[in-house]
Formats: sequence, structure tokens, C-alpha cells
Amino acid sequence: MAYRSVNQSVRKKDAMQLLLGKPVYVEDIVPKDALVVKLLRSPHANAIVQDIKLDTALKVAGVEAIYTWQDVPQTRFAIAGQTYPEPSPYDRLILDRHVRFVGDPVAIIAAENEKAALAAMKRIKVTYEVLPAVLDPRTAMDSEILVHPEEDWYPPCEVGGDNKRNLVASGVEADGDVEKILADCDIVLDHVYHTKACDQAMMETFRTYTQTDRYGRLHVISSTQIVFHCRRILSRALGIPKSKIRVEKPRIGGGFGAKQTAVCEVYPAFVTIKTGKPALLIYSREESKLAGSPRHEMQMHVRLGAMNDGTIRAIDLHTLSNSGAYGEHGPTTVGLSGHKSIPLYTGRLEAFRFSYDVVYTNLQPAGAYRGYGATQGIFAVESAVNELSEKLGFDPTVIRDKNMVREGMVMPAYYGETASACALDRCMSRCRRIFDWDARYPVRDMGNGKVRAAGVAMAMQGSSISFVDVGSATVKLSEDGTYNLILGAADMGTGCDTILAQMVAECMDCDVDDVAVFSADTDVSPYDSGSYASSTTYLTGKAVEKACSQLKKQILTIAAEMLECDNTGLLLFEPKGIRHMWTGRVATLEQIAYKAQCFNTHPAEATASHTSEVSPPPFMVGMVEIELDKETGKVDILDFTAVVDCGTPINPALARIQTEGGIVQGIGMALTEDIHYDCKGRPMESSFMQYKIPTRLDMGKLRVEFESSYETSGPFGAKSIGEIVINPPAPAIAHAIYRATGVWHRDLPITPEKIVMGK
Amino acid sequence: MEIKLILNGKAVTDHIEADTLLLDFVRAHGCYSVKRGCETSNCGLCTVLMDGKPVLSCSTLAARADGHEITTLEGLQEEAADFVGFIADQGAEQCGFCNPGFVMNTIALLRENPDPTDDEIRQFLAGNLCRCSGYEGQLRGIRNYLDQRGGRHGI
Amino acid sequence: MMTIKNYVRAQSLEEAYTLNQSRRNKIIGGMVWMKMTSLNINTAIDLCDLGLDTIEETDTAFSIGCMATLRQLETHEGLNAYTCGAMKKAVQDIVGVQFRNCATVGGSVYGRFGFSDVLTVLLAMDCSVELYKGGIIPLEKFAAMMKDNDILVRIHIQKTPARFSYEAMRAQRTDFPVLTVAASTLGKLAVGARPMRAMVMPFSGDDIDTIAEQAANTIPTAKNLRGSKEYRTHLVKVLTKRALEGLYGN
Repeated sequence: MAYRSVNQSVRKKDAMQLLLGKPVYVEDIVPKDALVVKLLRSPHANAIVQDIKLDTALKVAGVEAIYTWQDVPQTRFAIAGQTYPEPSPYDRLILDRHVRFVGDPVAIIAAENEKAALAAMKRIKVTYEVLPAVLDPRTAMDSEILVHPEEDWYPPCEVGGDNKRNLVASGVEADGDVEKILADCDIVLDHVYHTKACDQAMMETFRTYTQTDRYGRLHVISSTQIVFHCRRILSRALGIPKSKIRVEKPRIGGGFGAKQTAVCEVYPAFVTIKTGKPALLIYSREESKLAGSPRHEMQMHVRLGAMNDGTIRAIDLHTLSNSGAYGEHGPTTVGLSGHKSIPLYTGRLEAFRFSYDVVYTNLQPAGAYRGYGATQGIFAVESAVNELSEKLGFDPTVIRDKNMVREGMVMPAYYGETASACALDRCMSRCRRIFDWDARYPVRDMGNGKVRAAGVAMAMQGSSISFVDVGSATVKLSEDGTYNLILGAADMGTGCDTILAQMVAECMDCDVDDVAVFSADTDVSPYDSGSYASSTTYLTGKAVEKACSQLKKQILTIAAEMLECDNTGLLLFEPKGIRHMWTGRVATLEQIAYKAQCFNTHPAEATASHTSEVSPPPFMVGMVEIELDKETGKVDILDFTAVVDCGTPINPALARIQTEGGIVQGIGMALTEDIHYDCKGRPMESSFMQYKIPTRLDMGKLRVEFESSYETSGPFGAKSIGEIVINPPAPAIAHAIYRATGVWHRDLPITPEKIVMGK
Repeated sequence: MEIKLILNGKAVTDHIEADTLLLDFVRAHGCYSVKRGCETSNCGLCTVLMDGKPVLSCSTLAARADGHEITTLEGLQEEAADFVGFIADQGAEQCGFCNPGFVMNTIALLRENPDPTDDEIRQFLAGNLCRCSGYEGQLRGIRNYLDQRGGRHGI
Repeated sequence: MMTIKNYVRAQSLEEAYTLNQSRRNKIIGGMVWMKMTSLNINTAIDLCDLGLDTIEETDTAFSIGCMATLRQLETHEGLNAYTCGAMKKAVQDIVGVQFRNCATVGGSVYGRFGFSDVLTVLLAMDCSVELYKGGIIPLEKFAAMMKDNDILVRIHIQKTPARFSYEAMRAQRTDFPVLTVAASTLGKLAVGARPMRAMVMPFSGDDIDTIAEQAANTIPTAKNLRGSKEYRTHLVKVLTKRALEGLYGN
């Protein structure tokens, strides 16, 4: 199908502003005289604050106020940006006397400047009763040390959690008799995989500005993906009505899920409520890495049953997820480890079981990171399938051809949804061709201890959360015939503002330049769950389509009066106006817009919401070629080739960049992004000096192509792209490393030392 | 203490504290393009030119800049506009937070080496981290810009 | 957060030296490492007005001012011609160009940081350090000394005819090295990022395997976040072998 505005690589609407360094982020646009907010953080993983002495700290010149647990409301809340009632337990206070990880806030300091705030922080004397801590997720469940012993721990949803067992959530689901099928298989692989609490490492750290607006309300300007959830969270945490809160986001310096959690908003908001003064909290990079919302560390036990001919008949997956000290996103991320990995093998699968436990530990709380559990699960299941292929002596692409999910199949491990649009098979064959798999799969000795080898992995994700997420859009006609698009979704650099404007342009038959976009502000935007769960293009996009369709009707209604026509069926919507089919008379959009402003009751605007009963998976195949130095263990990525089925790519350039960016994050997760904890449970990789994300010298050559299916429930056939792209690198790279060394690495990251030492 | 310097072509005299970092100084003078991304001199977001050379403004005292010429992206809008459109065409600006540092360092590269190879580009820009783009689109953009102005195809 | 009360641009080495005798005063060099500390500095002493930011080359030697940057080392043609490119190879992966335009040779050598590529590569040369009061002493001796309040003014490299090679293992390209090795036909093998300070093992002959074995057996290593003692010792052998192969053309 030929489109004019969608499926086109148009520039992002904010591109030149961003590239020319204009002031568009939180810190650039807020008043410079705001109180500087700093948080004194616990040095202990588990402790009770027995006493806090503030007197000398309060004497520091410029200090406005210092707050402790005695000052804050005592209603527990969750900071996960999720639809109400949240699956995440209400287990937090703004400041809790019981601190549960190294970095848990103990006091909020507000001062006229940073120096004063830091000087005051040094002078606060805290006496802790240090408690033994739960630092190993494997022994957390039913430990006698409880992370959340409190009686007012409250789960808004029943997710199998029990704070008296250190359990955030647990569950099991199955289809068919897994044990019976496994017993009947020729071969059963049984392995445990482990992934770490990787950090999103968005370039702009967490930050929030708060002030009292001209109506005396709390006005929050935050770097957030979730303005509406944020308002609800603040309302509960602060104990003030939602009508007294306004949350808006300016441009966001990256999110990747980190900002799907209200990590820092409550602190400056509390300061503004108490002092009436503007307050600004900017997390240092170290704070972002000590008290952010990283990926859930997961340990996955896979049992994979197959026949000697390569038929995969059963998958049994148990995931143990480490939620850290608080439960945000714990019950939901774990689900994706099974729901987005097992269905890849729907082809011949006779039975599956997916069980999980999510535990509390006294480590940094985890949150949402691109891929959201799917990344972890896919590393495990895709690695297991690669292990099976190598064990049986099959080309791993062939074994996938034999077992993969194909269009039209019902996926029992994916809520029984049907793969209504699935080009996974075409992704595989195209990737095999452009990567030249047959030539590169055999291991090649390059001399000098260097070996070249290839690996492969598939991936899927979802597109929005079915039966939950809501996307909305308002489209307005302006007096000159251009449009305004108003959104509650959050463009965090991905380009969704532009993508959604392309859809308006397509629907209204105008130029993308004729669509102005605004997002997001709880006072102005129509309700939207926010930008997460790969939902914006798919769900908000459909809302845009609907809103445009409604607006067209409105425009026709106004035009009908102007053209003295009582049957709008006779009116044609053309780029510059409405034409009466019989009389040929035309009312231009400009005339209609002005008419709408004068003696008129039909609004020249429309708002629509959309939700979905399905979450159509995008699919992807990734192939990697590495050169491995057998003497040092160094892995160089030479080439990562990916073919993605995201349905119709609304903006191919942006879809490509999403893919490339996700692949490089996945490469980092596979090779260099490591987390060690010291004996107190503090992550030692708490800076860019220690936590090594890939530079442009670490990622080799990337090649991305699209093999599109057409998803009828999505706008213009689109599914999602944002998250899936991070999933294939880790299993593909682990596979290539096995090919090069003969050793399977089931613990990420796979460092040169592990490779050389063979463990 | 008092310092005098040239900021984006204009003479600036100001009183600063001895430990004021150049990053905070230029932001206080309206150069909001200059960003802080870390505390460990690793990210390159705060890159400015000091006497034409790219430096980390997070690691340079404002006092050190006394008597020198400091240039931020605010002062190079036209030179930058020349090529950033090619980045925009790739969509490689993404969140944009790393862009000013990346653009400043690219300008420094192209002044020093007007026709770099891809490897020279990667090497020179290695200190500019980007978490969104995967870097490849930035490279394509620079390459297209160079091709358009008649550079050889550097590999 | 590091704080500084006063900033002084020394107008003479004597002034800098006098100021530097107080423990609360510090010479700031390029400041890239110092600014990550939580030092409370009374007076920051800046040597930037003293003309010490040049690399001077004569027929017999290089004289490198302490305020010359790592980037100057990287791009100095004479230095790289003399060192067979080892100088460039040693510094080019240190964080980024902007970082290397800030970080100074003096700061790097004076700091005697365990991770220092610069110290490692210089140790393989006929190199000495000029101290304001202490005079000229061999770099190897300086590298082993405790820090004091003298001022490192220049680095001197004698252009003794020799070949040089440099090898480093980095898990990520611009990260700290896990191990560094520099070798020269002057019979010097320098190993750094052990992770302790770089040290020199003299060697003779060209029996690469034996020398590599000897290095692995004698050079102490230890663990840190970037690698275990065992892995480092393994790398001592591998990188020594490669460095020597680089010297002797395989």
C-alpha cells in the first residue's frame, strides 16, 4: 500500500532543536533560584534509623529545611508507573525509618545552593541499628530476615506475593503435561542462566522540578515517561487530591524504561508542599546507578525437551527474579521472561510450564528496562535452543525453521493469542541471506590466536499491555487549516511525537509539517498510560487514527452547514477543503476553522482513546559475527545483522535507529555491563568509569533491515519496535562465543576473563 | 575571584568561586547546550572548545579558562547547522542529550581533519557516549555530510 | 565533591613549590582525576602560566613539560617516530580526545596511578623525571617513590636508538586497561595495571617464550574489579609475548 506520510523517513520534529543544543530539558527551562534538593542515603543495606541529629546541619548558611521519616505521610505507595490498581505492591514511604538498601533515602535536604545542601548533609548525624541483610536472591525466599516486615505492606493486586516470605510475586502457568512430554523426549537440556541488574544509563539522569502554580497547586516538571501515573503516585504519596497536581514533561534525555518509575519525583514535591518554594532535584550519575530502577536480575532454569530430529516438544521455565528492596515492576517483568520467550517455539511445542518467584532482597530496587523481562527470558530460552542445535549437530537456523511460530498459529504460552501478523520465518531467511550465514557459521581460525565465529537468536515482544493500556490523542483544526496533535504519551527521544504526527498527516491528507505536536501535560493531554510496554505507536497511533476520523466527521458537519448540504455523504474531504460532490462548491479548511469559531456548536477537534484485547508481537532475528582472541578472551563484534518484523515501520529511519540503539545496548549487556556488590550490598559499578556501556569502538558494523507483516489491529499495520531490539544480542553473542571456544557461558556478562578461564 | 574570558566571541568578566567548574560557568552564562552526564569525565556531554580544542568542561576550572577563548554550541550555530541536518535525516539525534557534546567534538574533528575515514571518526568521537542511537546513524550522517561536500569515501 | 578555596596561577616554580609545601594545597595538573575526589583544597596551584605545556625535541632527547597533555603525546610526530608509534598506541584509548586534551603528562606520571598507560610506556624508555628540588632522577626510581611535595617539572626521554612496542588489554575500548605491557630493545619490559603501579623487568636476549614465562612468574599481580590475579598473570604472559613479537617482528 502506498502511503504519503507514514512509512516515510521524515525528520523528527524536534531534531534540529536537539542537535543545535537548544534549552529544552528540565534543567534548562526551570528557574535558577529553585531550592536545591539532596538526599542523604543509607550506607547500610538493612537498618533502622534510631536517631537523627539535625541541629548542626540546620545551622549551615543557606539551608532551608531538612526532613526525616518523622515528617512524611505514613501511607505506603508504589512508584512503578502502571495502570491502577498496580500489580506492584505498596511498600514505600517517602522516607522510611526502616532503610532497605544502600542508597535508600534517610533525609531530604533543601538548600539555596548545592554546596550548602552537601555541607548540611555531611553534618547530619544518624544512628542506625544495623540489621543483617538479604543479599542473595537465591536464599531470599523464606529467609528469617524480612525486607518488608511491616504490617501495612499492601498489594493492590493479587499476584502471589507475601511480604512475610520476602515474596513480591509468584505464580505458575502451564499448557499440556510438561513432565510427561519431557519424559518422552529423546533429549532434555537442563540449564540455569543468569542475567544482571543492568542499568539503562540514559544520558540525562533522573530529575524533577516542582513549584506552586498560580492556582496554588503543585506543578511538577519532570523527566518522565508517565505523566498521568506520576500524578496518581504523587497524590497518594503526598496525600493531596489529583486536582491539586499538574505533571508535565519537557524533552527527555532518554528513558529506556528507567523513567517509567517515579524514582525521584516525591522528594522535591514534598519540599515544595512543605516550603511553598520551587525545588529542583537532579540525581548525580552515581545516585542514578545506586538508587535508580535497573533491570531485574534473573536466574532462569530451563528444561527443554526435544527429539533427535530437532523437534522441540516441551519447555519448562522457572524464573527467579530479584526485585531488590522494593517491588516496583517485580510482578510484571517476570511474566515476560516466559510469555515472550516460550511462544517463539509454538511451532511444534506440545507442552510448556512457566513458573516464577520474585523476591525481595536488600539490594537496589529494580524497575523497567527496555525488554522488561523478555530480554532475560529470551537469553535463557534462545541459548538453550542454540545448545540443543549444537548438541544435535543441526544448523541452529534450521532447527528454528522447524520449530518457530508462524503466522496464524495460536500461541498457548502467549495468552492464547493468535500470531495474526508474523514474518518471523521471512526474517530468518532474509537475515540468513544478507548475513551470509552459511559462509560465516563455520568457525574460521584467523591465526595469531584469533577465531571468527557466528551466532544467532530470535526474539519477540508485545505491543502494549492487552486489556490494560489506554492510548489517547486529541486532534484540533487550526484557523489556517493546520492541525494540533495533543498527546499524553512521552517522546523520550524515540520520535513518537513525529510518528504520531505522520499518522495525522496520513489521515488528514496534509503535510507532516502542518501538524504541530504537544506532549505531555496532565492538565492538557488526553489520558494516556504513557510511553512504555511498546505501546505508543501501536496504541496511541490507533487513537490518533480514531481521533482523525472523528475530526473529519466534525469538519464535514461544519462544512455541511456552510455548503447548505444536509447529507455529509455528499461531501468529499480533500487536502485543502471540503467539496460538495454535486454542486462543486468548496469550503476551505481555513473557512471551516473560522466558521468553527463563530456562532458554532460543533468543535473542530476530536479526542479518541484506544485500547486493545491483543498485544501483537513484533519478531526479530539477529545474527552476529565475532572475532575472539583466544589468548586474551577479548571479543570484538564484527557485524551484527538484524531483520525485524515490526509490522509497517511508520518511520523507517527511526525504526532503524531504534534497532541499532537496542542492539548496542544488548551488546553491552552481553559483554561489558557488569554489576558486582560489595559486602554491604552496594553496587560497585556506580559510575561510567566502572559501568562500561559500549562506545562507538565496541559495536562493529550494524545492518538492519525490515521484513514486514501487516497487523490489522494496529495503525497502518504497525506493531511495536522499541523494546524487542535489545533482546537478540546476548543469546546470539553467547552462541558465537561457544562456537569460538566450545564453552557455553550462561552468566552475563561474558567477560574476557570468563572466556579465557573457561568459566 | 574575577576572570575575563571570551565566551562565544564575547568578552565576559565575572566573579567566580575558585572551584567553579567551566561547565557550571558557561551554563550560568546561558550556554544551556552544555550538559552534565557523569561525574567521572567519561561521557563527553560537556565538551566545549577551549582555544579551539575540545575539552571536558566538567573537568576544567572556570579559573583555568581565564584569558582564554571558550566556544560552546551556542557560538557555533551556523557551522553546526551545516552538518547536523544530516544527523537529523538519520534520526540519529534521538533523545538529544548527548548531541551538543557530540556536535562540538565533530566540529573539532572536521577542523583538524576535514576528510576523515570512518575509523578516524570513530576514534576521535570515542569519548562521546550515546545510549540511544547505537552510533551507526551518527556515522552515516557524518559520512553523508562529507560525501555531499566532496570527501573521498573513507573506510 | 572536591572543593577549592583559592586558585593561584603560579608565576614561578618557586612560588608553586612554596605553596605546595602546605598539605592542603595541591597542584591541579589537568584535574581530571582530582576532581573525582572529595579533597578540600585550600589553594589550587595551577602551573599553566609557566610554559610547561610543550614537547621539545632535540637530536638527542625529548623534553616534555609537565603540563603537556596526553593528546600532545598522542599526536607528536617526533615522539611517535622515535617510539615506533608506541606512545600513540599507549594513550589513544584513554577515554576520549576531550579527556586527553585535559589530562597532563605531569599529572599522569606524578600520580603514579596503577592503571596508567603513560607510566607503563615511559618506563620502557630511557626516561627520567626532572623535579624542581629533587633534580633529575630515573623514572623507574621515581615510579617507586612515595609522593612528596616536590614538583614534577619535565619528563626527559633520551633518544637512545631502540625499538618500542606497547600492548594493553581493555575489556571495553576506552576503559582502564586490565593490564599494560611496554617493551623496548633497551632490555626493558614494563608491566602496568597489575593493578598496582607499573614496574620494570629487565630482560636480555630475544627468546620470547622464556621472557614471557619469566615475566609471568616474577611480576606480582592482584585482583580488582577488572580482573583476577590469575587472569592478570595470564595476560602478563600473553601481552609480553605480543609486545616482544612487536619488537622483533614476530
